[in-house]
Amino acid sequence: MAEQPRKKVQEAARGTGTLLDIRNLRIEATVYPPGEDPKNVVIVDDVSLTVERGKVLGLIGESGAGKSTIGLSSMGYGRGGVRITGGEVVLNGRDILGDERGLRKLRGKEVCYVAQSAAAAFNPAHKLMRQVVEATLEHGVSSREEAEKRAVDLFRQLSLPDPENIGDRYPHQVSGGQLQRVMTAMALCSKPDLIVFDEPTTALDVTTQIDVLAAIKKAIRDTGVAALYITHDLAVVAQVSDDIMVLRHGKTVEWGDTRQIIEKPKQDYTKALVSVHAIDHEEHAPTPVPILTVDNVTASYGGGRVKVLRDVSVDIHPGQTLAVVGESGSGKSTLARAITGLLPPESGSITFDGRTLANRLADRPKEDLRQLQMIYQMADVAMNPRQTVGTIIGRPLEFYFGMRGAERNARVAELLDKIEMGKGFADRYPAELSGGQKQRVCIARALAAKPKLIICDEVTSALDPLVANGILKLLLELQAEEDVAYLFITHDLATVRAIADSIAVMYRGELVRYGPKGKVLTPPFDAYTDLLLSSVPEMEVGWLEKAISNRRMEAAGN
Amino acid sequence: MLDLKRIPLSALIGLFLTALFLFAALFAPWIAPYGNGEIVGDVWGPMSATHLLGTDNLGRDLLSRMIYGARITIFIAVAATALSFILGSVLGFTAAVIGGWIDQTMSRFVDLLMSIPTLIFALVVLSVLPSTLITLILVMGILDATRVYRLARAVAVDINVMDFVEAAKLRGEGRSWIIFREILPNALSPLVAELGLRFIFAVLFLSALSFLGLGVQPPDADWGGMVKENKDGIVFGIPAALIPAGAIALLAISVNLVADWVLNRTSDLKGGRGNG
Repeated sequence: MAEQPRKKVQEAARGTGTLLDIRNLRIEATVYPPGEDPKNVVIVDDVSLTVERGKVLGLIGESGAGKSTIGLSSMGYGRGGVRITGGEVVLNGRDILGDERGLRKLRGKEVCYVAQSAAAAFNPAHKLMRQVVEATLEHGVSSREEAEKRAVDLFRQLSLPDPENIGDRYPHQVSGGQLQRVMTAMALCSKPDLIVFDEPTTALDVTTQIDVLAAIKKAIRDTGVAALYITHDLAVVAQVSDDIMVLRHGKTVEWGDTRQIIEKPKQDYTKALVSVHAIDHEEHAPTPVPILTVDNVTASYGGGRVKVLRDVSVDIHPGQTLAVVGESGSGKSTLARAITGLLPPESGSITFDGRTLANRLADRPKEDLRQLQMIYQMADVAMNPRQTVGTIIGRPLEFYFGMRGAERNARVAELLDKIEMGKGFADRYPAELSGGQKQRVCIARALAAKPKLIICDEVTSALDPLVANGILKLLLELQAEEDVAYLFITHDLATVRAIADSIAVMYRGELVRYGPKGKVLTPPFDAYTDLLLSSVPEMEVGWLEKAISNRRMEAAGN
Repeated sequence: MLDLKRIPLSALIGLFLTALFLFAALFAPWIAPYGNGEIVGDVWGPMSATHLLGTDNLGRDLLSRMIYGARITIFIAVAATALSFILGSVLGFTAAVIGGWIDQTMSRFVDLLMSIPTLIFALVVLSVLPSTLITLILVMGILDATRVYRLARAVAVDINVMDFVEAAKLRGEGRSWIIFREILPNALSPLVAELGLRFIFAVLFLSALSFLGLGVQPPDADWGGMVKENKDGIVFGIPAALIPAGAIALLAISVNLVADWVLNRTSDLKGGRGNG
């Protein structure tokens, strides 16, 4: 008899259209800070949300906002030992939190998960098809034959090439963008009611992202599945979701429909997110004498077998920024390695400040090394974890200028002030800094050498939008103060617009477009620049459809 | 900071016993009731108030012999371990940082040394060379250094590709800065853990050599040598040989307990001040 009312509740829930109802969710974890007693931290605090059948709710926030944790709670899962300590998660009319045993029936059948890194989420030892239909067979939703037929249909819907046979490949035999779509097919295969997308396009190139985004959007519409779409990129989420919830420090900041959040945000934090990248930067005219001239440089790996740079020539002018853009594999980082001497070019020459640089790093005098500094993408691994901030910034001072003791410490304090951190940080270790602070310390280390040129290799791509914005502003201020030139490598065109004076667009090792910013960003475009420019998500509802219909060229990763 | 209450019980036991052995080794002449070679009683006398552990095959006080034995055993093992670590890690780091044919030559030479069974290699070398303390330490240290080299090189190869090492190279730093200031601090955790294990292997290796008569020469004796001296008593039911054997086992276990704890404490890849 007990079954009867329960079924009724379920049916009633279906009728009203509410699929997922999270009420006053509270999630905690225990952390073990070094040298202190273990303490409790609240990761998610009093968050409530509902998802209607067939609707998409976007969860957005910076790292640590609790968005992934909330997403996973919809399948009753706490990653990394976090505990759901309060609230209810009601799915299909029943509270899933109290029912440990029911979770196995729920996961992979009612709720499916699409992870950020498809490459890490697939088992490299099995063929794709076997993994795609696994959950379907496990739950006995359909026979293998039917499941595989459905998978092929889904591959077609997600516009994967050769949908009949792609399931016979292994994960390493398809590209990253394709793998992400295969994972979406995997999630859709068991006909779930809800899919949790956890930053599905963040790890992809901008030109690939747009295809995956369009495929996901189409698949959601065609199958009528509901989704939680987690990302830190407001422009991306605006394309796929019906509603958006903005989260910060585990609390809800704002929750409304997509149009309202993008066009009329109410909270200050949301306004900041929407207006990110609104840096005004006046383009400088090129000076008569460039500081660095790269002349017909060709470079390759493996003793000439793999050509990664072909006849690249660019100029950088003193106190100005050259942005090098392109997708992964375009050779932009290799250009930096050739300039620094880490990868001696095969032919061509590099002239710096009027003198020709030696090809090999080992042959360059100390003075050349001092004037040409580099900042890395991953600040965590660019600093020795066993050295304090004071040592990290102080070492170039010792090494290049022979500063010691009080003189050195005073200069370190001055540099820490410059990067808006203060001298109290000198005794900290890198592990005790936030992501943005780490990158600032790396900037200070580069500045300590008083360089004429700093190579910035994707310095903001690992950071949250607001933090990245702060770093870009700091770099521009420092450029004005110190008159240093930047070679700015990035795949993010919004960043380029914000800081560049001239732009070089690279594609498969070749320079396809190069010149002052105004000229490069003005039509007529060549096909690749057009693709690149049109692939950058804009904070505008309906941008995705417009962009797809206006394209002239297929993305390489497709 | 180090908090006594947070040390697990097993590590406390290990620390206590290791400290006890070290104390005996350092202060042997002051705490041993009799001299090392002094004959004070009957052959294989039983345990009594005057001779707490009885006497040995020549009538010397076994407790005093044990204490002096600790001194010799631990001194040789420590010296050999220190030698193997300095040699192995410096060469291993150098090979990893320089790479190329230097790395190849050194690594293949180490492979060659490792392909010969250590004990046989040591027996051959020691039977040719004069049996002095220095030779013993050198032979043990160099043979053990091959193992340390392998570990140090493997760890350093991983660290060498990190961006902060590249940053140091771009700055123009010399090899010694890169090896000692960038790589060494980050390779310390696995090396310290290995240190404890290698020390135990050194004790066991020394005991084996002495038991076979090629280690410490009489009248001095380490614990392995004492097992050899007293082994004939076992057939008569005299337990004198078991006491140094037990001491070897106890030292090995207690150092292992400490090494385990150190490994747990420092296997934190995040760096900084380390974990608890």
